[in-house]
Amino acid sequence: MRSTLRRGRDLVFWGLCLLALAIVIVPSLAIIASLLQQSAPALNAHLLTATTASNGLQNAILGSGLLMVGILVVAGPVGIAGGIYLAEFASPTRGGILRLGYETLAGVPSIVIGFVGYIVLDQEFHWGFSLLAAILALSAIVLPYVVKTTEVALMQVPATLRDAAIALGLPRVTILRRALLPPAIPGIASGLVVALAIAVGETAPLLYTVGFTDQNPTLTLFQHPIGYLTYVVYLNATLPTQLEHEVAGAAGLVILAMILVLIGVGRLVGRRAVRYAAQLPT
Amino acid sequence: MRFLGNARGAGGDAGPTVVPPRRRLADADLTGRDRAVRGALLAAALVPTLMLLFLAAEMIREAIPAFVYSGTNFFTGQIFTFGNLYITKETVHHGVLAPHGASYGALPFIFGTLASSLIALLIAVPAAVGAVLALTERVPAGLQSSLSIFLELLAGIPSVVYGFWGILVFGPLLAKHVFPILTELGSVIPIFRGGVGGGEGLLTASLILAVMIIPIIAATTRELIRTVPILAKEGALALGMTQYETAKVVTIPYVRRGILAAAILGWARALGETMAVLMISGNLLNGFPVNIYSPFSTLAATIVAMLDSALTDATGMAIHALAAIGVVLLVITVATNLIGRLVIRRVSGGAVLPVGRGI
Repeated sequence: MRSTLRRGRDLVFWGLCLLALAIVIVPSLAIIASLLQQSAPALNAHLLTATTASNGLQNAILGSGLLMVGILVVAGPVGIAGGIYLAEFASPTRGGILRLGYETLAGVPSIVIGFVGYIVLDQEFHWGFSLLAAILALSAIVLPYVVKTTEVALMQVPATLRDAAIALGLPRVTILRRALLPPAIPGIASGLVVALAIAVGETAPLLYTVGFTDQNPTLTLFQHPIGYLTYVVYLNATLPTQLEHEVAGAAGLVILAMILVLIGVGRLVGRRAVRYAAQLPT
Repeated sequence: MRFLGNARGAGGDAGPTVVPPRRRLADADLTGRDRAVRGALLAAALVPTLMLLFLAAEMIREAIPAFVYSGTNFFTGQIFTFGNLYITKETVHHGVLAPHGASYGALPFIFGTLASSLIALLIAVPAAVGAVLALTERVPAGLQSSLSIFLELLAGIPSVVYGFWGILVFGPLLAKHVFPILTELGSVIPIFRGGVGGGEGLLTASLILAVMIIPIIAATTRELIRTVPILAKEGALALGMTQYETAKVVTIPYVRRGILAAAILGWARALGETMAVLMISGNLLNGFPVNIYSPFSTLAATIVAMLDSALTDATGMAIHALAAIGVVLLVITVATNLIGRLVIRRVSGGAVLPVGRGI
């Protein structure tokens, strides 16, 4: 009798857990399905050849790509350098403070970053709608992620490598460059790629820093709006006609595909990093 | 709880190998080039912290006039209007000038932010923990990694795509088929009573927020559950416990504090979420939602929704008012974030905590 009760409880509990798993799986499938369904009539080469002025996405795709390149140039070096400092040079106290700083920055809502970017860069600095302002705002969002993944990648380098290099009496920078960074590079690259995936899905920091335009982006840093994909989703989803919803769905699909490819590449590189670290002497 | 002591003891034998402390070079051993490189790296490492301080300082500086103008009305008032921007008549309050009729009462936004994020949390925590338990304890190992992809998928979906889905598919679906059934609950819980609307409102937004924060809670919980000593679990099973009892007596107590921290982090994310909520909140101004289906608005969504019209205020007070909303949002999210991280630092040294969106 008692054991039936216990087995019943077991069944109910794991039934509920499987239900919870369904809560994770069903929405992700439903979202992809609805993106496909809404955008189906619009999915053709026209998306790539026309701009948003005539229901294409060319300018938005190029704009999102340009923003990603900008983030690689700004957040990449700064984040990696910061991560190296935290992993290799920082004293525990200073490291603790700086870590708290970037972890807290990671928790700042993206709209706050966008708002300050707009007030300071676009208005006070008179940059207008500006590619550079948008890149800086997005960099503020992904910087903590790049710093953290770099730090973790360096921490995972076997201590024996470090000890051996130190025992050789090499200068610190040489140790870093020849012994520590090479095995950490896949981990760092993986973090950078996932950071791009995070950045390319953002909207709130861009709305007021970079504006929007139907024209293809140029490399002008100031006084020049840029079109990007997430804005098309936001704007067109709230417009009334079916055609607009189709373009919104297509933009959502393109951006989701970009993000999933980036996450996938990041994971592959990351897994290689783990395998590489495993075959290093410990 | 009795098992916990043993569980931790067993972990020392079978758990992850202890990493020896890493060697650091004394300052005297650094060459001139080392010092130069260290200086450059330090400058880079300071950037996130300086950015944080700059954001906070700018936001507060920008917000002060609105706080002075409004006084306590900012936290207690229900009316949020920029006043009449088309006539030159102006109002002066506490020595600060604003357009005629301007009132910056943010209470409905504060309420909307807290209500939607708490409802989301109420749904997301059990869902995330249950899903992770199912994944790690019950699903065959081969299936585990392919099902985990769905968690990364949820984390990767952009906020606007959630909004797109909410406004075009999920909201209308709820309003048509689910909310009418929920109104039956109205006889017991009053907030479920009344008209269900078209699907843009508090409950739709909260449900979408819940789905959005599940990945960050699940990712943390999964890392924590990996640290539960396998011997303790096997011991419990060997005593004849069912898997549910093992989870209840060994696994969950071992990760409980960590789950609390993960929940607080997920909450912080829900508090600051902007685009999805903006698209499906219905953007109610100057009042509170009448029931759980009713339109509402949040601090973050209001900043985006009203920035355009705020720019037309010649006195500049409208921008200050939005900055004041931003300060409240910033304080709430940073505080929750810090509390979450302090809680988890005690549990695990902070190693398992994701930065970012739980990817």
